[in-house]
Order: sequence, then C-alpha cells, then structure tokens
Amino acid sequence: MKQNTLRVWSAVHTWTSLICTAFMLMLCLTGLPLIFHDEIEALLDDHAWQPANPDGPLLSLDAMLAAAYANRPGEVPLFMSFDTDRPVVNVTSGPTPDAASGDMHFASFDRTSGALVPAHDDGGVMHFLLQLHTDMFLGLPGMLFLGAMGLLLVAAIVSGVVLYAPFMRKLDFGTLRTHRSRRLKWLDYHNLLGIVTVAWLVVVGLTGVVNTLANPIVDAWRNQSLADLTAGYQGATVPTPAEMASLDAAVAQAIKAAPDMTLQFVAFPGGSWSTDYHYAIFLHGNTPLTSHIITPALVDARTGAFADMREMPWYNKALALSGPLHFGDYGGLPLKILWAVLDVLTIIVLVTGLYLWAVRRRTAPRDDRTPLAATGERA
Amino acid sequence: MNRPSRRDKTLWQIFALPLLAAIASLVGLVAALLGDGWLNLLAWIGLAVPVWLVGRAMMCDPER
Repeated sequence: MKQNTLRVWSAVHTWTSLICTAFMLMLCLTGLPLIFHDEIEALLDDHAWQPANPDGPLLSLDAMLAAAYANRPGEVPLFMSFDTDRPVVNVTSGPTPDAASGDMHFASFDRTSGALVPAHDDGGVMHFLLQLHTDMFLGLPGMLFLGAMGLLLVAAIVSGVVLYAPFMRKLDFGTLRTHRSRRLKWLDYHNLLGIVTVAWLVVVGLTGVVNTLANPIVDAWRNQSLADLTAGYQGATVPTPAEMASLDAAVAQAIKAAPDMTLQFVAFPGGSWSTDYHYAIFLHGNTPLTSHIITPALVDARTGAFADMREMPWYNKALALSGPLHFGDYGGLPLKILWAVLDVLTIIVLVTGLYLWAVRRRTAPRDDRTPLAATGERA
Repeated sequence: MNRPSRRDKTLWQIFALPLLAAIASLVGLVAALLGDGWLNLLAWIGLAVPVWLVGRAMMCDPER
C-alpha cells in the first residue's frame, strides 16, 4: 500500500474513532449490565410473590383493564403485555393515547385477582441505564445521534482492518510484545483484540444503528401499511376507554385468525403501534426464528369488528431481528456471558486506542505518525 | 508463538486467523437465531473462537 493511501486510512481511523469513542465507551459500560437485565431483575424479584388464586380461573382482559383504570384514574391504556412464566398482565398507561415514553406508567396485575403486583425494586437503576444507552434522555434526537456514532464506529472498524495489514507484515498473529515498551504492549493488544472482535462488533454496531431507527420505522409502517384501514374514519376521534369494545372478544378474533401463533402484546388505538381506531393485537410465531417476528391483527376498537391481519414489511422484520442480535439474549446464559466478554474486549480496544492516540500525539514528530513508522519499532 | 520473521507476510498469512474469528463469530450469531439445542451450542463455540484466540495469544507470550 502506498504511504499516502495509508496516511489517509490512518486519518480516517483516528478521527472516526476519536469522535465516537466517548459514546462507545458509555454504550459498552451501560450495555454490560443490560446484557444480564433478565437475570438481575429475577434476583431483585420478590420471590415471595404468589398469585392470589394459583389454581383459580384467569380473569378476563377487560377485568384487568378495569383494574388498571382503578390504579391510574384518568389515564388511558397504551399497551398490554403478558408474562410468560406467571399469570401476570402488564398494562402501560399514559395521560393521552400518544403519550411520550417519559409520561408512560407501567404496572403489573395478578390475573387471578386483579391485584397490583409489586414492581422489580432496583431503585430505577436498570431503567436509568437503559435510557442512557438508548437515547441519553434526549428522545429521538438522542437515538439518531447514537445511530450516527454507530456508523462512525463501523468506519473506524473498516479502517482499522485496513491498517491491521501493514502493522502485522512482520509479526505473527497474536504477537504481544509485553516487555518492550508500554506503547508497544498496548498497540499489540489493541490490534489483537480489535481484529478478533471485528465481526461481532460490526453486527452489534449495525443492529444498534437499526434499533436507533425504531421510531421512524414504526411510523413508516403505521403511515404506509395501515393507511388503507383508516380510510372510512375521516373526522372520527380516538375512542375513549368507555367507548372501547371488549378486548377479550377482539383478542379471541385475533387468535382465531392465527391459531398457530402466540399472543405477545396489544397496542391500543391512538399510539404509534396502531391506528387511531384499532386495537393492534400482535402475535409471534412459534419457531426460534419466527418467535422474533410479530404480526398484528387489527380490530376496530369501537365496534369490535375484525379488520385485517397483515404481515409487517421487511423494514419492521429487520428491526425485529436487530433486537436479539444487538442484545445477545437469544442463546441462553452462555451466549450472554460471551457477549459480556466481547464487550469487555471492546472496552479495552477503545481505551488502548485512546491511549495510543495520546502518546503518539505527545511523542511523535509531525511527519512520523503513520503505521509504517510504527512497525519500524518492532526490532 | 514464533519470533517475528524477517520476511514480509502475505495478506493471506496476516488475515487467515482473523478470518477464522470472523466466520466463526458470524456462524455463531446466526446459529442461535435459527434454533435451540445444538444450534445454541454451535453459537457458543462460534463466539468462543475470538475469545480463545486472545487467550491463546496471552498464554503463548514469548516474552513472559
């Protein structure tokens, strides 16, 4: 490779890395506990909690909604989801149907009694970490900004792979010169840890970028794929809870329309996951791959009439698959542990990269900053 | 691990093991998505390859 070309790649690597490093460090550090959020929440769970009537019949979904209204008077339902390991229904409510996520309230109810289930008590730490990791408390602009940082990360990885070759021209794979100088030691660690984590980090980085586009993707689906369903409703208002038809009857129709799928959650009318007039009842497949793909059945929330069941477009499916590939929560605890190890290796790459930039800046004469000059130090 | 040799390495020599790490990682990432059971096992093995390569380099340190 020509010296000039190399200098350009080196500049690309330096500047794309420098800009995104602080944010990537924040994402790696907050991401580490988030990998294990299920395990952490299970530890914090009140294990003494038991359903009031373990063998009793399950209350209707309409009864659960009534319990949610009683718990949060004046609020409207936004989402309803279902625990898989206990008879518990979760209702997210808010002051308006299109409430921002910060104004939403999440509560869990015992489906055998309608009683409130105590929440995981971690003082809000996991929620804080998740919010910091998702959008730094800045909403959509924060999400999109972190997405842009993710693209810079990918540019830093690509340029890093290009630079790896001239660095390693005289060295065996995995050489760690730990006793020459601190700089050489951390240079070798940076190169080794960086190059072996390339594929994993590109996947986690790009799926993270896709996740930052969640809001625009869901908006596009709502505006394009569901537009025809709202054609006859001009001028109608979002139904109030009192105007809504039975949720149990709506869900029963959805299950009848897709008997080989499993109920995952319900989005109420007026929010971003449905039209202004329908219950969107989301079901997922039952194979490992299709369990990540959700498909909504839409039911008129005033009349209870079944409207349609329609597959989501490719961009929603890409978003759905970006979840597990980013979180690492789809292959048991060993996969999560490997995710955490690779995350720690990435933190070391980030920190050593910053260190190498700092010492190089301090010690190297201006015209001696290329990797070729660096390999000259090997003897 | 051997001492650095004088001769320049080819691109293939430089990227053979990094390529192994990348392919193993990608196979692992996809495997767990496609199924459970032995596919999960394959995922763990695949993503353990990059970690193993690091451990191997640290153990083989000739200067230690």
